[in-house]
Parts: sequence; C-alpha cells; structure tokens
Amino acid sequence: MSETGPLMEVRALERSFTLGEEEVRALRGVTFSIDRGEYVAIIGPSGSGKSTMMYQLGCLDTPSRGTYRLAGYDVGSLDDDELAALRNRFIGFVFQSFNLLARTTAVDNVALPLRYAGVGMRERRARAREALDRVGLGHRWDHPPDRLSGGERQRVAIARAIVSKPALLLCDEPTGNLDQKVGQEIVRLFESLNADLGVTVVIVTHDPSMARRARRNIKLVDGSLVHDGPPQEGV
Amino acid sequence: MLEHMISALLALGANKLRAALTMLGVVIGVLAVTLLVSVGDGARAYLNNTLSGIGSNLLSVVPGRTETRGFGPPAQGLERPLTMDDAHALERQGTTIRGVSPMVQGGGTVRFRNRQRDTMVLGVGPAFSDLRNMHVDSGEFVREEDVGSRRRVVVLGRRVVRELFGDESPLGQSVRIAGGRFRVVGVMEPKGRSLGFDLDDLVFIPATAAMDLFGLDHISQLVTAARSKEETPAAIAEIEEVLARRRNGERSFTVQSQEDLLKTFGAITGAMTMVLLAIASISLVVGGIGIMNIMLVSVRERTREIGVRRAVGATQRDILWQFLLESVVISTIGGAVGLGTGATIIFLVHRYAPDVPVVLSPWIAAVAFGSAFATGVVSGVVPARRAARLDPVEALRYE
Ligand SMILES: Nc1ncnc2c1ncn2[C@@H]1O[C@H](COP(=O)(O)OP(=O)(O)OP(=O)(O)O)[C@@H](O)[C@H]1O
Ligand SMILES: [Mg+2]
Repeated sequence: MSETGPLMEVRALERSFTLGEEEVRALRGVTFSIDRGEYVAIIGPSGSGKSTMMYQLGCLDTPSRGTYRLAGYDVGSLDDDELAALRNRFIGFVFQSFNLLARTTAVDNVALPLRYAGVGMRERRARAREALDRVGLGHRWDHPPDRLSGGERQRVAIARAIVSKPALLLCDEPTGNLDQKVGQEIVRLFESLNADLGVTVVIVTHDPSMARRARRNIKLVDGSLVHDGPPQEGV
Repeated sequence: MLEHMISALLALGANKLRAALTMLGVVIGVLAVTLLVSVGDGARAYLNNTLSGIGSNLLSVVPGRTETRGFGPPAQGLERPLTMDDAHALERQGTTIRGVSPMVQGGGTVRFRNRQRDTMVLGVGPAFSDLRNMHVDSGEFVREEDVGSRRRVVVLGRRVVRELFGDESPLGQSVRIAGGRFRVVGVMEPKGRSLGFDLDDLVFIPATAAMDLFGLDHISQLVTAARSKEETPAAIAEIEEVLARRRNGERSFTVQSQEDLLKTFGAITGAMTMVLLAIASISLVVGGIGIMNIMLVSVRERTREIGVRRAVGATQRDILWQFLLESVVISTIGGAVGLGTGATIIFLVHRYAPDVPVVLSPWIAAVAFGSAFATGVVSGVVPARRAARLDPVEALRYE
C-alpha cells in the first residue's frame, strides 16, 4: 500500500454489460483520482452510471477496460477473495436502503465487518459500541432495526461502515429514504467523520444541496465524466 | 465455528414455524429409520436368543439327502429311514459328540378322567433333556430303562398339567395318550413360548413307546450335539461316517447343525433389516428434499443480506459455510428429535409390551444421526453454493 500516491486512481475505466444482443456501456472511459481525506460528491442524472461507478470504487465489481487502483492495489487483477479482503479492510458502505440485517441488534449489525476480519466476539462488541457512540446511538445498541427510525437506521449503517476504521466511506444516495431534516443531520455526520477521522468520503447523490456542500463534484452523464471540480452553479 | 452455529440457530429462529416444518421431514425420516431398523434388529436378536436357548452346538440327523445344510424340511425320499439302531451305533462309536437321543414326533389326545387335550407327543431318549435344555421340575425324565423296555411312562409339559390336573399332583397318575395307558413319571419346568411355539404344551414318552404307539419301525430324527463349537465340523464328519458305514456308504440322511440354522436366520433377518433401512431412507430423502427446497427459498429471500455480507468483506467461502451450517443445523436437530422420539417409543414398548422384540442398538442411533447429518450436508450444498456464487452487485441490487 503506497502512502504517497492518491488513495484512488481511476484511469480510462469502462464498464459494459451485455443484455442479450445489446451491449450497455454504463461507464465509457472515466479518469480521475481522489486523495486521502477528500470529500467528493458524484452527481448526474438517473442512469448516468453513478451506482455502477460506486460498485467499481467499492471493489464489488471490476472494470471491463481501464484500471482502478485503490491504495496502490490494481483492483482489476485481484481475485474474489482478495477483493473481499480489500473491501473489508479499506471500505465502508452506506446504502440508500440501510441494508441492516433484520432481527439483529444494532451492535451486532455494526460488528458484522469485524467478524469477517476475524476479530474476536468480545472485541467486536466493544468496537461496535464505540462506533455507535460515535454516530450518537450508543444508547440504542441493543435495538433491532425494526425498532429504530429511518434516521437511526442510517446511523447504525454508518457505524457499521466506520467500525473497521476504513480509509474510504462510499455512500449511494444515503439520504434518499430520509426526510430533509434527518438528511441534513446525516450529512453533518459525514462531514464530521471526514474532518475528525480523516476518512475519505465519496457520496453518490441526487440532492443539489448535498452536492454543494462537498468540496469537489464529479459529474457523470451517460457514463462519461463531464465535470470534475468545485460545485458548479445551478447544479 | 461455535459462533457460526449460533448465528445459524438465530437465522432459523427468525422463522420458527418454517424451520420446524422443515425439520419435521427429517424428524419423520430419522424416526422411521430408528424404528424400522430397531424392529429388524430386534427380530434378529430375538431369533438368536431363542435359537441359542434351545441348546448349544446342536446337531440333528434327518432322513433323506439334501445338498445344502441349513433349515427347511429335507427331501422326503425315504429310501432308508433312521432307526433306533442308528442311535445306538452313534452313541457307542461317537467321540466328538455328547449324548444322542432318538426323536419320534407325533400328536395325540391326552386324557385324564373326563378332561383331555390335543398336544404334541415326543418320543425321546434320556439325553434329550440335557441336549435341548429342557428339564423336569419334579419326578424324573425318560430313563434309559424306559426306552430299553418300551415302558409306557410320560413326562408332562406344564401346560398339559395345568389343563388336565389343575392343582392336583399328576405324579403316579395314569393318563391315556392316543388310546394307550401311560403312567406320569415327571413334570417339566415351565419354558414359555418360543418362535410362536408353546414349549409347555407337549408330553415326552420313551422313543420306543412312541414307535409302538404310532405303529412305526423307524424314528423321525436323531438329536445330538458337538462337544464344542470348534468340534462341530469333526462331529458332523464323524456322524456321517458312522451312519454311512451302516448303509454301505450310502448317504441317505442329512446332518443339520444349529450353527447353520443360526447363520441362515441371521442372513434372513440381516436382509430384512437392510430392506427396512432402505424403505426408511426414502422418507429421509423426502426430508432432505424439503430442506433443500426451504434453503433455496431462504437464499432467494436473503439475497440482499448476502450482498451486504459480501460488501463488508465476507468471502464466498464464508457465505457457503453460513448456509451449509444452517441446513446441517436443521437436519441434525431434526435427527436428534427423531432419534429421541424413536428411543422414547422403544422405551415405552419395552415397558408396556416386553414381548415385542425391539432393540435400540448404538449402531442404529449412530446411523440415524449420521444420516440426518449427511442429509443436511447433501441438501445444503446446492443452495449454499448458489448463495456463495451470487454476484455481490446483483445481490445488492436485488429487489
Ligand atoms: N447489471 C446490469 N446489467 C445491465 N445493465 C446495467 C446493469 N447495471 C447497470 N446497468 C445499466 O447501466 C446504466 C447505469 O446504471 P446505474 O445504476 O449506474 O445508474 P445510476 O446513475 O446509479 O442511476 P440512478 O440515479 O437512477 O440510481 C443504466 O442504463 C443501467 O440500466
Ligand atoms: Mg443508482
């Protein structure tokens, strides 16, 4: 792992799917890099390839062409087990629909990544409690998801994403299922995690106000990068 | 590992009714295996016990030639029947056998005053008592002199005594058997039933007296025994030699051994147990299909969960184990319940119907539990592999 280069380096990345006869080109040669500690929003119209991009950045999928390097690893050359290990070590995911395990307490949901990292039961719980404290849900540690509000569920999901102290937090429309006010709180939580822990935050969003608060916007249209820089007016 | 077991249990607890119904298939399968095999095994143990109970290393000589040793009525081409002289010759010349008794089988009505009973009449010699483990309770068994002088004396089985004499002592009394008058000299000790035959419902008279009574000049068979298990083949050879010599080398008789009989019965009951096991395994297969079906449904329902687990770092192997373990947990719990139920039923049968021969041997328990475990593995493999091979992105996008 190179400490000097950028955390993420995307070069001429393409991703295409074959649907029967047809070839869907979801990403058509995208190039950018993101440094440690950055706070970036990926924006663009529906179907422009944002989620596809996020799966690439999250090592859940590999490029059809081009390269993606995360912390110095050439993701395209890794096998399935290595990708799983890379996700476990470097990446925390936050999804629009929370994706918590049902009938599982908040603390056990949060501890899940540590289990696959081989951390012992007791330490897992302790670290999960810490992460829950960090997102302000320490007192709800033994609640299952169905006894938490939407905002609380997303906080649990965020705690799960940061529990293994990843370098990168990847969020796909994290406020999409929340109302304005709760969404704002979640955004502030991301900002403070970014500022306090130095974790790199990449957020896929439709929400213009959320995009404006990011220092940097990457805009995709039809699978191509059309803007990379500070938020533009009128987004 | 323990931890994975616990999470498998929790996952099942999430849908208790479904898990219970799925388990039921295995429960029934294992129960069927346990009970049917217990019945087969019980039958075998029962036959073994009874056949060993009638004496040890027994040999019998029957007229006619059959090629195979074993049980079953021999061919009845009576060119040269067995006689008392054959019995005497064997007794004099035999070195590897202990005791020889002629046997004449017949049936007749035994009368005492105005009471009567149709029963089996066995004409025997004194050696019969020790050979066949049937002893008198009071009085005396048939003696050598009784046979020698064709004396009309009778030893009564317990049942016959009860029917004809009630509480009265029969010793010294006179009864009529098939018209002939016999003096009661002994009463047998109770033996109970064996292979559906009432060993108390018979009477013994001297073999010679039986020949007189039934108008025969030959005996039905010869009963003897090898001195020891090891000497059985030598004893058979010796008997064949002695008798053949008396027949100018002609082998118009067959020597049957108790061991052959035991082996034959053993083979039959063994085969029966296997057939029962095969039948029972069908229900286990059905149970296994039930598990596979439910596991496939579960994998589909939990596609998102699989996606999330993969996203946070689970490898394909982790997912495979998760589902495989769940399936094995279902089947082994089902197996344990089935085995427990089976054991309880067998226990109750022993308690309330001690005559029914069922046994729960450790091997049945091991086979039942082992096959439940195997069912879980086999029916879990396909769903678990399907779960493990799901593409993480597709699993996460799954609606
Ligand atoms: N597995 C797939 N097979 C075929 N086509 C796919 C697949 N995944 C994505 N696509 C296509 O790629 C394009 C980009 O999809 P993607 O989900 O990345 O869009 P998005 O920007 O996230 O949209 P939204 O904002 O609505 O979530 C779409 O046209 C979609 O149909
Ligand atoms: Mg999307």
